[in-house]
Amino acid sequence: MANLANTERRSAQELTRGRLEPVASSERWIPALIVAAGLALWEWAARTGHIRALFFPPPSEIAETFVQLAGSGRLWLNLRASLSRLFSGYALGAIPGLILGLVTGRSRRLRVILDPLIAAAHPVPKVSLLPLIMIIFGIGDASKVVTIAIVCFFPMLIGAMAAVREIPSIYFEVAENYGARFQQVLTRVVAPATLPLVLSAVRLSLNTALLLTIAVELITAREGLGAMIWFAWETLRTEELYATLAVTALLGVGFNAILELLMRRLVPWQAEYRR
Amino acid sequence: MGFRCQTLSKTYDTRNGHVAALDDVTFSVAEQEFLCLVGPSGCGKTTLLRLIAGLLSPTSGHITFDADAADGRPNCALVFQEHGLFPWMRVLENAAFGLEMQGVGREERLARAQAFIDKVGLAEFGHSYPHELSVGMRQRVAIARAFVADPQILLMDEPFGSLDAQTRLVLQVELLRVWKDHRKTVLYVTHDIDEAVLLGDRVLIMSGRPGTILKEIPVPLARPRDLLSRENQDIAEIRWQIWQTLRDEVHKSLHVVG
Repeated sequence: MANLANTERRSAQELTRGRLEPVASSERWIPALIVAAGLALWEWAARTGHIRALFFPPPSEIAETFVQLAGSGRLWLNLRASLSRLFSGYALGAIPGLILGLVTGRSRRLRVILDPLIAAAHPVPKVSLLPLIMIIFGIGDASKVVTIAIVCFFPMLIGAMAAVREIPSIYFEVAENYGARFQQVLTRVVAPATLPLVLSAVRLSLNTALLLTIAVELITAREGLGAMIWFAWETLRTEELYATLAVTALLGVGFNAILELLMRRLVPWQAEYRR
Repeated sequence: MGFRCQTLSKTYDTRNGHVAALDDVTFSVAEQEFLCLVGPSGCGKTTLLRLIAGLLSPTSGHITFDADAADGRPNCALVFQEHGLFPWMRVLENAAFGLEMQGVGREERLARAQAFIDKVGLAEFGHSYPHELSVGMRQRVAIARAFVADPQILLMDEPFGSLDAQTRLVLQVELLRVWKDHRKTVLYVTHDIDEAVLLGDRVLIMSGRPGTILKEIPVPLARPRDLLSRENQDIAEIRWQIWQTLRDEVHKSLHVVG
């Protein structure tokens, strides 16, 4: 019996291996090499005057500016302003979106009411609401946070709703058959079953939140990464512009890396569930 | 625990009107009996199991369980065709799920789950996730899960229906072996005549939709039964009897569909 089990497992592993074919480590370095080559070419072209250093300052200068910005503390001040806006807006929008989505996913009656509302509200480009929100909440931070919150709300709501609706009914039947109570169904079935899609929704709304934070700051703020970018443009300090852009990009990459890690940690069984 | 289904009917309300799934189904299962139910596909076998498990309510008729009805419905563990293991739980947690719902402490329930996981030959796979196992191994876990919960009645809905023929043979023998040590009342639904003859004390034959009991055929043969041997005339005779009853139903259901 045990022998048979081993054979079965081996063939299962062979199947998996086909899907996750190992990539040679040399291939992983190619993207980094491309970036490095591009930077080197840029540096050379800027220094030799093939491109205008005013628009495209050499990377070494950008790096220098970055170090100055970080050293003077200006970068951190602005980074903090952006992050606090981003996360306040995120908490204000994503958490209610998540809760409403989970509940609505389970209740047909609520869906009938909410579906048309969501369908009508979701496609509106939320950033266009900013002037209206500023009329209501003033020109301070509150209006920015509210705008970000509105933007985060929808992907969370829709993602959570889909996550609950996509739970195969057999899992509920098994739970019911073994006498699970409501709370046990929530913690042992609904929560883990929705986790993969909810995490994707978190990622999506976090990326949108970052986008919106920068956009809103470009338009109105005096502090924040977006404001720094705008200020650098107005004063034609392009190396500062690039340095701030790089920080913004790193922020996006960082968010995604963290969520990727979370996903692998929290959902080691995802391969099967998403099949 | 034995039970009796008395004039059970189930009608589904669909957009296109009523669909009768079961019509006037009456039979009983004795304590520790292994009863097989054979019928053409779509004859309401699954509906019947769900009624007994309490996942659905009958349109009319009722089910009575032997034993005092004081504690309400007895424990019925249902094994589905699609294993229905939770992909987010490891094998042992899955097997211990029934005990977890009954409030058994973690240590004890994992130990009891391990005992059955051993019995179905998966001793080393307790910490694997279902997706790391083959289909046959998952179905073994599902069966272990049902036994671990120590139900009074075991309801099996074509548990080996999606397995290849050889794996099925192995698991059938394995199921009988576990059942021999842990006698439960079993109602086993299948569309496979051979499987019914191999496993059951009795075989009930169901008609096509709406499902109703056509005939009852006892299988008075000692286990283990060897279906592959050519000498056993009794087995051949019983298989032939079942097929005689079933053939017209299968033809009918094909005409309805085609």
